[in-house]
Amino acid sequence: MGLFERVGRATVGWLADARERMALLGESVVSGLSLIVRPRQFRFGDFLLAFQRASYGGLPITLCIGFLLGVILAFQTASVLKSFGVETFVSNMLAIALFRELGPIITAVILAGRTGSSFAAEIGTMKVNEELDALTTMGLPPVRFLVLPRVAAAIAAMPVLTIFAELAGLVGGAIVLQMMGVPTVVFWRGVSTSTTVYMICEGLTKGALFGLLVGLIGCLAGVRTESSSDGVGRSTTSAVVWSIVAITVTDGLLAVITYVWGIGMSVSL
Amino acid sequence: MEPIIELEHVDAGYPGAVILKDVTFSVARGEVFILLGGSGCGKTTIMRHLIGLNPILGGKLTVAGMSWGPETRDALFRKIGVMYQSGALFGSMTCLENVLLPLEEFTRMNASERRERAMECLKAVEMADAADKMPSEISGGMRKRAAIARALALEPEVLFLDEPSAGLDPITSSALDDLILKLKEETKMTFVVVTHELPSIFKIADRAAMFDKARHGMIALGTPQELKETSEDPFVRKFFNRGEVHG
Ligand SMILES: Nc1ncnc2c1ncn2[C@@H]1O[C@H](COP(=O)(O)OP(=O)(O)OP(=O)(O)O)[C@@H](O)[C@H]1O
Ligand SMILES: [Mg+2]
Repeated sequence: MGLFERVGRATVGWLADARERMALLGESVVSGLSLIVRPRQFRFGDFLLAFQRASYGGLPITLCIGFLLGVILAFQTASVLKSFGVETFVSNMLAIALFRELGPIITAVILAGRTGSSFAAEIGTMKVNEELDALTTMGLPPVRFLVLPRVAAAIAAMPVLTIFAELAGLVGGAIVLQMMGVPTVVFWRGVSTSTTVYMICEGLTKGALFGLLVGLIGCLAGVRTESSSDGVGRSTTSAVVWSIVAITVTDGLLAVITYVWGIGMSVSL
Repeated sequence: MEPIIELEHVDAGYPGAVILKDVTFSVARGEVFILLGGSGCGKTTIMRHLIGLNPILGGKLTVAGMSWGPETRDALFRKIGVMYQSGALFGSMTCLENVLLPLEEFTRMNASERRERAMECLKAVEMADAADKMPSEISGGMRKRAAIARALALEPEVLFLDEPSAGLDPITSSALDDLILKLKEETKMTFVVVTHELPSIFKIADRAAMFDKARHGMIALGTPQELKETSEDPFVRKFFNRGEVHG
């Protein structure tokens, strides 16, 4: 095969692939919107099960990582701020960092690793076993049946997990500062003066958006699984990788947008 | 008799790969039609076209007078029941729940009526004892039978069975043939069956179509008796005389 032919074929393949992805995404959006008209079509039981697995099941690891993140951040910043004698400001820094950025991001990455991958594996295995075909020919579109409840569960689980990660991080920071001689009362006062309800909501909204991305990417990777022996493994990997890419890129875009529009810039230390 | 499935010069396959060319046959309402051929010759491929999962690559296909398309999909799906080659039971549900699912989604029956209907279907395939087992806890043959029960639940007009008797012992397999004949008698259901079992073919088939991988097409069409006695084709003769075909 000549170079041109190879490039041509690759391009055609890639375009067909992209079209399929878009079609799936479109179908998800349409059937998501049609739930507004026919809410009874929503598989509430599946949603609850997926939500419980994502939130309750992911709580220990989220708390653990959040706590350690708080400990590490507090340690690193305290050692610098201490030389200026202002280590009490660690609490302000920690609160802002956790509520605005790190809480949602770290939780979303954990969700991608635990829940996004399991969506891809679960749906991918069903695809390989012809279960998705069986659903289709029964007149139950897999997108409505499998994807929507899972995506909804990921969206709903994110704010819950994020709040817990953030609180665990603050507790970690408080303990470190306590050891460095900053009383816990002073720490929490710093936290409460530097956080606003708006800031917390902004972080949680961002978390929910990341949940949407992780859920959609995981489920769609599952639906597109190839019927080969390594198909499920590959979809799982691509679900996690693309989720993390999507989270990071979206967060970057949001940072730029909020900066340009000047939203949330009224934070005072 | 009135045809329920019609194929005219259909090219079967997947985008970029034609597996069978220029296939023409029709299935009459109420008949048992068998798809025959060696492994990998495209029987499942043809079936996937018939049940609307993959679009045909050329020609014309109608099921119950309609072509597969976005507008006809839902109506056509309600007319068909499918048993996939692997059974395709939902792994997270028990056998009974698998059969209940279509009833919950598409009927107005109450819970006890649904349960009764589901158990009736499971009994028909002699799977009532395993109703509360998960698919992972039962054998391959049992999974297929449970899948047949699920396909029967909504009383489809056409039932598609992909190798129903593969992996079944001769007694269960023969019981399955009896079930097909009984359903045909009672409900006027149409059957499209992929099978290699000669005894089963002679027992249940009204007509059969045979495909060949090497020639990318249909090589014979007729009653099993006709195929066995009058076909000139060496491949067909070999199949019916040895009873075995290796694709
Ligand atoms: N998704 C696909 N894309 C491209 N080619 C495929 C695909 N699935 C199957 N094929 C090819 O189509 C051909 C026919 O496959 P099919 O599954 O229809 O055979 P079959 O007659 O059902 O065989 P068996 O008796 O083993 O089930 C095979 O050569 C296979 O390689
Ligand atoms: Mg097959």
